[in-house]
Amino acid sequence: MNIPTELRYTKDHEWVRAEGDIGTVGVTDYAQDQLGDIVYLDLPAAGATLVQTGNMGEIESVKAVSDLYAPVSGEVLEINQATVDEPEAVNKEPYGKGWLIKMRLSDASELEGLLTNEAYDELITREMEESTD
Amino acid sequence: MLNPEDDFGAMLTFDLSRPGRIGTTLPPLDVPEAPLPSNELLRDDLTLPELSQMDVVRYFTQLSQRNFSIDTGFYPLGSCSMKYNPRVNEVAARLPGLADVHPMQPQETSQGALALMHSLQGLLAEITGMDDVSLAPDAGAHGELAGILIASAYHNSNGGSRRRVLVPDSAHGTNPATAAMAGFEVESIPSNADGNLDLDALTAALDANGGSVAALMLTLPSTLGLFEPRIEQIAELLHNHGALLYGDGANMNALLGRVKPGDLGFDVFHLNLHKTFSTPHGGGGPGAGPIAVKAHLAPFLPTPHVEKEDSGCYTLATPERSIGRLGLFHGNFGVLVRAYAYIFSLGADGLRGISEAAVLNANYLLVRLRDAYRLPYDRSCMHEVVLSGSRQKAKGVKTLDIAKRLIDYGFHPPTIYFPLTVDEAMMIEPTESETKETLDAFCDAMLAIAKEAEETPDLVREAPTRAPLRRLDEATAARKPVLRWKLGLE
Repeated sequence: MNIPTELRYTKDHEWVRAEGDIGTVGVTDYAQDQLGDIVYLDLPAAGATLVQTGNMGEIESVKAVSDLYAPVSGEVLEINQATVDEPEAVNKEPYGKGWLIKMRLSDASELEGLLTNEAYDELITREMEESTD
Repeated sequence: MLNPEDDFGAMLTFDLSRPGRIGTTLPPLDVPEAPLPSNELLRDDLTLPELSQMDVVRYFTQLSQRNFSIDTGFYPLGSCSMKYNPRVNEVAARLPGLADVHPMQPQETSQGALALMHSLQGLLAEITGMDDVSLAPDAGAHGELAGILIASAYHNSNGGSRRRVLVPDSAHGTNPATAAMAGFEVESIPSNADGNLDLDALTAALDANGGSVAALMLTLPSTLGLFEPRIEQIAELLHNHGALLYGDGANMNALLGRVKPGDLGFDVFHLNLHKTFSTPHGGGGPGAGPIAVKAHLAPFLPTPHVEKEDSGCYTLATPERSIGRLGLFHGNFGVLVRAYAYIFSLGADGLRGISEAAVLNANYLLVRLRDAYRLPYDRSCMHEVVLSGSRQKAKGVKTLDIAKRLIDYGFHPPTIYFPLTVDEAMMIEPTESETKETLDAFCDAMLAIAKEAEETPDLVREAPTRAPLRRLDEATAARKPVLRWKLGLE
């Protein structure tokens, strides 16, 4: 499972790439693999204010609809309309073309509380073990 | 002419149409000619297929033969109770006095139909241990909506505006959808390691803000096919906070004749006549989702409600503080007749036999399949068993592949990827209708597929290979749905 080192992760399987006070947000490779083919995204509009761990819309696959949670607080600057139009981008490039939201971070210190790539790797390894024992 | 190899997805009556071919002959006019309506109301550009009667009969008969139904094979779709639909129900529903009654005819001329509805209300109240029943909802989710609207009206009448509905994380998706439709905020309550509702989480949610909770929507047994052993404690917790306990009766087949939801503390409970009471499902016929309530909720029942007057006559009445009308006329009357026939043809002992055989059959599957597939909760199940395909997934064969492979073995796949709390879930409900031989054949197929997943995984991943169509592209169907066919568009 692909887990880039430069990103920070949530236990709900979102990632964030911080560059200055701008954060790009998406869902992880593990999340897209668990969900299966993504068919629909419901994302907040540009200008919306997100609160860390609060609702950030919904992601729907052929299996199920899941809530998205904001990894950090801040204002939505842009949503990835190309991915909304063709959500298979999330399956193909979850860390690339399949990003979901760009936001202006209101509190960069929140990033400290997120999981590193090692911690996230441990989390999903544990999840996978629990589901097969 | 249809060819068995043809792709029925592409074949329409229009493809068989030939200009000038006519399927009917009208007799010579033997009544005085009447003027037609004005020209604006008439059109000659209406495109209709032109076929002979034989073509039409063959087209639809062949289409119907492509359908997999409970009449053609084992259909263990979890939470759907795909049981035998006894033919005596159809005999009853076709009795002229019941089949030919018109919903707009005067009540004094439809007393028999009203008497049947009144009697069915009483039977369902007895079976659920509740005080009153409405037959108005036309489907399970419609019953849920009615139940939650009743809960809302009840709290409003008590002067309290309660904004939240609690829903376990294993709930049917219709539960949170219903609560949201009715304008509530939905709060998910987790399950614990045994698959039961996490009572600490429920207590915490109620202690935090119990005064804003309108109801907990609980399925019993749960969607994991497990009986909630602390149900009475759950009811007490809610009632202590003034909240109601809503029961989703989708799984009533497990309890029939043995457990009355009313005795457990439920305030409102819906039934699916098309599941528990053997009326045809979905495309096979309309549904019915009656709701049963305790006395304190009876004044809020939808209209019409059948009541018996002192004179002995039956009448359609509107309860004092009714939430109003949910649909046209009196609900799906034909479905009600079939359920009534089912209850009377079985009697109390027969209904108890249903739940006994349904639970026994599911546990038989559990025991035969538990070594090949992961059993997420190691305890006896009720009327359905939830297994996980996670061991197979670790080797590259997903639950979806297993489900598709079952089609090759001649079985309808079980419900998959639900409940959401179980990874790679397979929810298997055999119902009471099946023989041991059928159950064994299904288990043999499941065991064979588990073996194939180890030895020849491509065989499973490529399934179905023996169905009229191979693996369908579900993702594109969901991403770019084509919902309407238009003439001339390919």
